[in-house]
Amino acid sequence: MSPELLVFAVIGTIAVAASILVISMRNPVHSALFLLLTFLCVAVLFVMKGAEFVGAVQVLVYAGGIMVLFLFVVMLINVRHLPDEKVLSNFWKGGFVVGLAVFLLFVTLVRPGVYHDPAPSDKALRSTYTYRHRKVKNADGTVTRKLIRRGKVVGNSEAVAMALYTDYLVPFEVASLFLLVAMIGAIVIGKRELSANEEENIPAYMLERSETEHEIKEAMSA
Amino acid sequence: MPEAMPSTEAYLMLSGTLFAIGLVGVIIRRNMITVLMAVELMMNAVNINLVAFSHRFASLEGQIFTIFIITVAAGEAAVGLAIIIQLYRLKSTINVDEARSMNG
Repeated sequence: MSPELLVFAVIGTIAVAASILVISMRNPVHSALFLLLTFLCVAVLFVMKGAEFVGAVQVLVYAGGIMVLFLFVVMLINVRHLPDEKVLSNFWKGGFVVGLAVFLLFVTLVRPGVYHDPAPSDKALRSTYTYRHRKVKNADGTVTRKLIRRGKVVGNSEAVAMALYTDYLVPFEVASLFLLVAMIGAIVIGKRELSANEEENIPAYMLERSETEHEIKEAMSA
Repeated sequence: MPEAMPSTEAYLMLSGTLFAIGLVGVIIRRNMITVLMAVELMMNAVNINLVAFSHRFASLEGQIFTIFIITVAAGEAAVGLAIIIQLYRLKSTINVDEARSMNG
């Protein structure tokens, strides 16, 4: 067994075991931590397939951003004070049947040897191309400039960046717009609306704070 | 060495297993936070598939698509968790079976 296969077997086993624990843990904090383990294992799998940049993005965005968001919400909601209800929903048997059916479907679809590649090369995943002008002498003696496309082996990050900023520039901008919309939507949805009673009776600590601010401003201007 | 790397089929099997586990989690759990985590698990399974095929066909498109999926997953997590917080404020529960006031 080659070292790559050994790493794949170990990491894949950890990923599957951790994902089973994600959906079977009663406490959401434990689920979130096992989800973090799954994300890190998936990042290792990405790197093994020549996707170093995507692996880094996986660690930064998933393990760094989304997990912190999950843990924040788990701690805001204070799950320990929730009533201890049963974990499984009313149709858990159907859920297991559907999951098993989908799994068997995948297993029967992916027969060994379908995508067999005798010599896989990740050179294309690390290379980009540059354009440059070159003077070409024509048959009648005139000189014209021609655009030459030339492949260049760089690195996975540079290749992905070149593809993102040239061929996929419009989807990239749409994605940034999407993130803006998602951020505004999350803020608007998550905002707590003050009830009429609360708006009438401004809490005392806020009045105190505004008085303190007023005093500080007077002291500063004096 | 053709046998050095784990084959594309092995990646597809792993991704199918993770997707099935995520699907089971979405259906059987009642805790809304865990349901959202299971959705993230399914998205990761899809990403594994895309990266494996990107390597197999020596093309960067799979990786680009994976980056966009990660972007969408981040937005989805933010909005979904905001909805969960609002549901908790309104009903003092994050049980998906309790959130059915629009169910006729």
